[in-house]
Amino acid sequence: MYRYIIKRLLLVIPTLVGAAALVFLLMRLIPGDICVVRLGSGGGTFDERAVQACHAQLGLDRPMFLQFVDFVWGFFRGDFGISMWSGKPVLYEIAARFPISLEIAIMAVVVANLIAIPLGTLSALKQNSPIDLVIRVISIAGLATPSFWLGILFILAILNVSEAAFGSPWMPPIDYVPIWKDPLRNLSMVIFPALTVGYRTSAVTMRMTRSAMLEVLREDYIRTARAKGLVERIIINRHALKNALLPVVTLIGIEAAFLIGGLVVTEQVFNLNGIGRLFVQSVQNQDYTMTQALVMLVVAAFVLTNTVVDLLYAWLDPRIRYG
Amino acid sequence: MAPSMRCLRRIAAALAVFAAAAPATGAEAPKSGGTLIYMIPADAPPSLDGHRETTFATVHSAAPFYSVLIRVDPNNPASTTDFVCDLCTAMPKPTDDGKTYTFKIRDHVKFHDGAPLTAADVAASWNAIIHPAEGMTSARESYFVMVDTVEAPDPATVVFRLKFATSAFLPALADPFAWIYKKEILDKDPHWYEKNVLGSGPYKFAGLEIGQSIKGVRNPDYYIEGLPYLDGFNGIYAEKQAVRVEAIRADRAAMEFRGMPPASRDQLVKELGDKITVQESDWNCVNLVTPNHKKKPFDDARVRRALTLAIDNWRGAPALAKIANVHTVGGIVFPGSPLAATKDELQAIAGFWPDIDKSRAEAKRLLKEAGAEGLKFELMNRNVDQPYKYVATWLIDEWSKIGLQVTQHVLPTGPFFEGLRNGTFDVTIDFNCQAVVNPLLDVGKFLPHSVYTENYGNYDDQKEIDLYQQMPHETDFTKQRQLMRDFEKYVLDTEAHMFMTPWWYRIIPYRSYVKGWKISPSHYLNQDLATVWLDK
Amino acid sequence: MTIAAPDSRAIPAILDDVPEIRRSFLRRAWIFCRRQPLGTFGMVIVVIIAIAGLSADWIAPYSPTANDFAAMTEAPSWAHWLGTDQFGRDQLSRIIYGARTALIVGFSCAIVASVAGLVLGVGSAYFGGRLDLYLQGVLDIVMAFPLIIMALAVVSIFGTGVHNVIVAITIPLIPRCARVVRSSALSIREVPYIDAARACGFGHRRIILRHMVPNVMAPFLILLTAFVGQAILAEASLSYLGLGVQEPVPAWGLMLQGGAEEYASTAPWIAIFPGLAIALTVFGFSLFGDALRDALDPKLRDR
Repeated sequence: MYRYIIKRLLLVIPTLVGAAALVFLLMRLIPGDICVVRLGSGGGTFDERAVQACHAQLGLDRPMFLQFVDFVWGFFRGDFGISMWSGKPVLYEIAARFPISLEIAIMAVVVANLIAIPLGTLSALKQNSPIDLVIRVISIAGLATPSFWLGILFILAILNVSEAAFGSPWMPPIDYVPIWKDPLRNLSMVIFPALTVGYRTSAVTMRMTRSAMLEVLREDYIRTARAKGLVERIIINRHALKNALLPVVTLIGIEAAFLIGGLVVTEQVFNLNGIGRLFVQSVQNQDYTMTQALVMLVVAAFVLTNTVVDLLYAWLDPRIRYG
Repeated sequence: MAPSMRCLRRIAAALAVFAAAAPATGAEAPKSGGTLIYMIPADAPPSLDGHRETTFATVHSAAPFYSVLIRVDPNNPASTTDFVCDLCTAMPKPTDDGKTYTFKIRDHVKFHDGAPLTAADVAASWNAIIHPAEGMTSARESYFVMVDTVEAPDPATVVFRLKFATSAFLPALADPFAWIYKKEILDKDPHWYEKNVLGSGPYKFAGLEIGQSIKGVRNPDYYIEGLPYLDGFNGIYAEKQAVRVEAIRADRAAMEFRGMPPASRDQLVKELGDKITVQESDWNCVNLVTPNHKKKPFDDARVRRALTLAIDNWRGAPALAKIANVHTVGGIVFPGSPLAATKDELQAIAGFWPDIDKSRAEAKRLLKEAGAEGLKFELMNRNVDQPYKYVATWLIDEWSKIGLQVTQHVLPTGPFFEGLRNGTFDVTIDFNCQAVVNPLLDVGKFLPHSVYTENYGNYDDQKEIDLYQQMPHETDFTKQRQLMRDFEKYVLDTEAHMFMTPWWYRIIPYRSYVKGWKISPSHYLNQDLATVWLDK
Repeated sequence: MTIAAPDSRAIPAILDDVPEIRRSFLRRAWIFCRRQPLGTFGMVIVVIIAIAGLSADWIAPYSPTANDFAAMTEAPSWAHWLGTDQFGRDQLSRIIYGARTALIVGFSCAIVASVAGLVLGVGSAYFGGRLDLYLQGVLDIVMAFPLIIMALAVVSIFGTGVHNVIVAITIPLIPRCARVVRSSALSIREVPYIDAARACGFGHRRIILRHMVPNVMAPFLILLTAFVGQAILAEASLSYLGLGVQEPVPAWGLMLQGGAEEYASTAPWIAIFPGLAIALTVFGFSLFGDALRDALDPKLRDR
């Protein structure tokens, strides 16, 4: 078992280096020059010498191999370098935007699970009844609806409903205050994107809960408990739910990747100053250092989650391990 | 003793001075106080260093913190020839055959840290712009090739010596990015201003939240009495168009300073009635069409002329003006400038003929002659809606009327610029966006790449360069205007190197309680918010 | 669309003498429709959209790219059933043509990704060892890589166009399929009859094609239908960010970009209908995929 764990963990390092090489290469293959974008996107005249000075300042005139080594070595040291667009440290830029993304993500997951687990359980218990049908339709709709479209509809609804109810349209605040400074204002800003992102997560969790519950409910020990005459509710809470939730928990890890994707578009729709939007901006501006750092963080998180999940599976099913 | 005539005259004189000193926005007396919340339609500027950056986001964020030497008159910003003093005391008349400008600097000007601002600071800042030191970037170095030296012989005088007399100097000097920095800091650490803010403007820097907002508070030591009226401002970064409209609608912010499309203006006016005021102006920005002269058949002037003859500017502009922020049909010179062509002069140039059927018949004939009938090509464009994509869609429609099959090839900003610089396109949508209206420098865009690096047409034309070179040196206005007409006809018609689409149009709807701001032809101008006040 | 009917080849060779009830394809389809009303409903939606896409040239009332500056942002009316957008283009026609783009993107991505994933997953599971390890490492990298960079890179380097968007979306889908197929194939690999077959001297190809592949058909098909929906959603998101299909190709995601938000308050039909089309299509595929899984899963079959 230990050999397997070590082998699996060692696999993480070449994966990270591989991802680093991939992002490094891809970014530099994309045609474009951050210095030109920075100086020229206004449409005015700019000096060619300014572009060259900019290149020198950003280290873009060094050989590719040196740039790559700098990047990878910096990553393993925890030093992500300076953002090419703004000149400020990458971690500083990310840290400034991290709180709001984290808050939305956490709220989305919490709200999603609060809705999904009870509904999924209900759906499994009342399988094939009208309630089951309605819940299944809602969950599939959650998977099918593009999250940014949902966001647009949300905003429209808020504006029109508030206008009809209060006479003048109400809009969530457009500048962010941390939750400890002004909880009401903060929540009024974050709840709508959280709902938008959370709908999809809740849909997936709902379905997984339902199918896991269905499987567990067919198990022999549930039949035995019923035969013993136990109250249904105790059966569900004490026996069924715990076993059914294991795949759901692992699902949360995998869904994290989709969450990040959902964040990217949702932050665009609601104009939130979060990591997702920073990501889109840095890709469009061709800010190599920032994009590389963000991609590495996402990849590292994903690889870590997968490693944990793999180890969990190996622990559960000894056949999967390869010695 | 009865009031004498002299006494009455004195009272009248005092009243006249008082009336002249009041802002020209109307009979209301400005109220002091309040915080202006406005939006900046960008994600975040790369930095707040005006010497280094060229994006309007830098100006909208940090112009209130700084002073400049001269500027476009904030009370008459539509004028393209009126410049007034900010730090100087009076607009000087050039001496020495127009080659020397001597400015006297105000006294009692202080930087926000209390240190006095003198002519030395002004000279040092201008030297950083015109002759940047090794390793320093100045984005606008090429605007000032006419300047020989800048000196501060004493703490209250700055002298600019030019290599030759030209009417292009003063407009260039009024550049909204030419912020005056502290000489002491520039000497010690030239890169300091890339990360910090220290100016002498009407507002003091009060905090920047990355990607979120920038705040400023009133500068109590501002050198103009009574200004600024506001207690402070809060500039919120909001790139998305829809968010900005909704924010004004819901009064989360009062305005933005770039420009909105006509549909948003119509929506806001319809919903908010007189709670919204709209100011509009022609914009010193325009989309151009640049054929790649290195790709066949665009090396043939007949094909290029056919392309421009197919376009119906006169009827297209009003239709486009309803959905995009374009409006006025014009030649290569900004429509509000004295150097611009009149309607009659325009109608003699290809692309502006009043009879579009005749124009298109001629276009078809030229295509046939050049053997390029039914030509298929790609139009490269930038992935921005307003007005790039609208203009491109309209152009493709126009070209289909002479049998050309054009498809749009839209690229994000980075690859778009790369495509421009590498010349990998057939025909591209190009753009020319300048700050102060300075036609002599602005039309440099049409010059070949060997002279003007932002020209992407891949052509060489000595005759065109010669035509242009005479203009900046010509001091007689009538003659200069005629030279400009010749240059325009040559560029747009004879050789059809690049062609015009309708000029952009700036529409600013804002909450009516904001007063004291006047729209100008450029979103870079008039942004220090010193005269803005809130009627709340 | 063929539903893979389990036939005798799928049953392990040593169990050949167990009788298997054979049913004709039509009868099985009828049973499916009766048992899975939702799935049938989903299939109907998909079929309608497919017909719309295929016959776009005949049924669309206008050309999807014809501007009409005299009829901009018009509300739904008899002349324009779903209204017009900010260029005066008929929404209904654009949605019909958009169905074609969506299905091309959806099916191409799904088929290519699933087949590639199948090959990689089964191969990885069957051969095991170092090959499995390295392949999983590479697939991990690709799967963790954000779709948006992949899309921007492909679109910027190779140019815009439907085929490049397909490439960009397919690449992150492959490892997901490979993973699922691999875990399914792994559990089959451990069944004794595979070793028995090797002992009998059967070649790799025969064992893989005859024994492993048919047994991973169920998850494969389910993934295939799921991928169609995911690919359509991915294309919509990319177009929304400006990195997907570009003008003037009519595509639902593209219709939601830019102008839709700008006019959301004054002309909501520009934003509502394309989004509805996307949601409905993916909804249909998801319902169908769900029903398929329920039908193919032997544990749930006899209820």
